[in-house]
Amino acid sequence: MNFDDYCGVWVFIEQNDGKIEGVSLELLGAGRSLADKLQVPLSGFILGDGIRSLASQVIAYGADQVYVIDHPVLKHYRTESYMKGVIHLAQNYKPEIILYGATPNGKDLASAVATDLNTGLTADTTMLDVDVDKRLLEASRPAFGGNIMATILCKKHRPQMATVRPKVMKALAPDSGRNGKVIEENISLKEEEMRTKVLQIVNDVTKKTNLADAHVIVCGGKGMGDLQNFQLIHELAETIGASVGGTRDVVEAGWLPHEQQVGQTGETVTPKIYFAIGISGAIQHVVGMKNSELIIAINKDPNAPIFDVATYGIVGDAMEIVPALIEQFKSLRTEKGGEVSYV
Amino acid sequence: MHIVVCVKQVPDTKIIKINPKTNTLDRRSAPAILNPYDAHAVQEAVKIRAKTGGSISVLSMGPPQATAVIKKSIEIGADRGYLLTDRAFAGADTLATSYALSKALERIEKDLPVDMVICGKHAIDGDTGQVGPGIARRMDIPPITSVIEVTEVNPQEKTVLLKRKLTSGYEFIKSEMPCLLTVEKEINEIDYSPMPNMIKAARYEPIIWTVNDLENVERTKLGLKGSPTIVGKMFTPPRPEGGKKLEGTTSQQVSQLMEILLEKKDLFTISKA
Ligand SMILES: Cc1cc2nc3c(=O)[nH]c(=O)nc-3n(C[C@H](O)[C@H](O)[C@H](O)COP(=O)(O)OP(=O)(O)OC[C@H]3O[C@@H](n4cnc5c(N)ncnc54)[C@H](O)[C@@H]3O)c2cc1C
Ligand SMILES: Nc1ncnc2c1ncn2[C@@H]1O[C@H](COP(=O)(O)O)[C@@H](O)[C@H]1O
Repeated sequence: MNFDDYCGVWVFIEQNDGKIEGVSLELLGAGRSLADKLQVPLSGFILGDGIRSLASQVIAYGADQVYVIDHPVLKHYRTESYMKGVIHLAQNYKPEIILYGATPNGKDLASAVATDLNTGLTADTTMLDVDVDKRLLEASRPAFGGNIMATILCKKHRPQMATVRPKVMKALAPDSGRNGKVIEENISLKEEEMRTKVLQIVNDVTKKTNLADAHVIVCGGKGMGDLQNFQLIHELAETIGASVGGTRDVVEAGWLPHEQQVGQTGETVTPKIYFAIGISGAIQHVVGMKNSELIIAINKDPNAPIFDVATYGIVGDAMEIVPALIEQFKSLRTEKGGEVSYV
Repeated sequence: MHIVVCVKQVPDTKIIKINPKTNTLDRRSAPAILNPYDAHAVQEAVKIRAKTGGSISVLSMGPPQATAVIKKSIEIGADRGYLLTDRAFAGADTLATSYALSKALERIEKDLPVDMVICGKHAIDGDTGQVGPGIARRMDIPPITSVIEVTEVNPQEKTVLLKRKLTSGYEFIKSEMPCLLTVEKEINEIDYSPMPNMIKAARYEPIIWTVNDLENVERTKLGLKGSPTIVGKMFTPPRPEGGKKLEGTTSQQVSQLMEILLEKKDLFTISKA
């Protein structure tokens, strides 16, 4: 394997129903800085049916080039058809690095592709860097249940591949004036040859409380004491138009459903405001919320690690502070006559 | 119907301890268990067998102690178990693991054709979820990951209907068999093991294979040698600096907080109802 043949940073652009997933745009942001360090082009690659028009968006978010495979068989994601397209592209154009979002489909695709390309794949990366001299991707991820980080390297195989967790990298502001090249590729795919069929896709928005998209989240921890006191979290959230989240301990206690868990084994969130109330700030929780814009922590233990990530901290009893906050917002509402909300 | 379930022995990461000096796992702190997702995989195979008949084999690669997870699988209801154990397999990453397991599956298939392989969503020690799709590619059968329901299995037509989890919802997939599934925890509840299973498990001796029991193996694809990824370094996540702590009595603190929140004008506004 001649490493000099391999050049460029690539990002898998995942689209569902013609809409690009947020994580793909985040990866264009992260990929841009890797490509700049290595002084190579950044490319996006996108597969689907009737998705050519999305290429301009990929360029606006930072790509120099976009590879497009547009084919009716690629209408819905399927491992067998998408894998063929990606392997075709990788073998023809030989990128040195390929990044995928760590979504169910991104992980599925990357795992299959890695096997066929006989190369290394790092899963669920949360930090990305490159060793420019050695042209090595340094993909770091939590190991052993999140207590520690491990940097994974792939020294002797190309491309170097990683899946990256949503919401940990930052997308660039889109610039519609950017120039880029669109390269269309044709591959032969036959529906009769597919061994799997997608019968129906159901978007279940009610089940997810849309924590991932919430602007304001009130998150409660085991420090709320019991289910009854936890109602204060719901009440504050309702008063300010926020979504409710919880720690794993809260979910395990049955105070909230699993969909509302924030953290390594739950959702990663990046709201404008994150209230962490009665939460100690264990690393597995913090990785899921530390990129929030403004973090407000309320905890009675002044040494709680949550204060290390909080923008503002209040050392005190949540049973007093939360009702007082609710009170203040409610009186503000009566005073001004309307609903408190985030714009 | 013959189902093979891949099961892995893992340290229980819920109670794991890390040696802060060496940044390595303190093995004594972590009891070895059957990977929780794999327990659900075995349970699902038991549910399918109840409808279609047939048998369940489990396959594990690991040190000799990993016989424990095979016994555990027999308890849940598997019929037989294979343990792949050899120095040659040590240090394998997901690529080398899927290679070794697929070679073992080839050998199992010689005795009894395989209709379905089931893996866990991921192993809690590595958290990758890459081994399942890797095995499927090597066997050239379709992988269907993140399965939350096996809706229908039709052994005559050799098809299966599955519900698969997506980022925002789920989808129904129809696949030809043989195929490989990876399953989420919500797919089922683990039943209490019936007494006869417990007795069978206690006495059960798994079939043990070393690398010499596998055919046409390229040794360079096994273990550490066959693993493209390596761990560069281990480090404790950087500790972020904290922000400001609000001082004073409770009501003073609350007023300060209100000021901060409202000062950022774009954060909260009052919209007239
Ligand atoms: C593999 C693995 C994955 C994990 N994944 C996740 C995950 O995704 N998400 C997650 O959250 N956790 C996860 N955890 C668990 C995590 O390690 C912590 O155990 C958990 O986050 C702690 O939850 P907590 O902060 O609610 O409870 P605790 O740690 O018990 O903290 C309660 C806090 O409340 C404070 N408190 C008590 N009373 C009051 C009061 N009256 N007023 C104010 N403060 C008060 C206490 O001082 C304390 O700091 C995971 C763990 C492992 C091993
Ligand atoms: N050593 C192993 N022996 C048997 N099965 C394994 C092994 N490693 C991984 N698997 C299977 O692959 C799944 C995913 O593992 P991983 O890709 O390591 O997260 C597990 O849930 C198991 O079903």
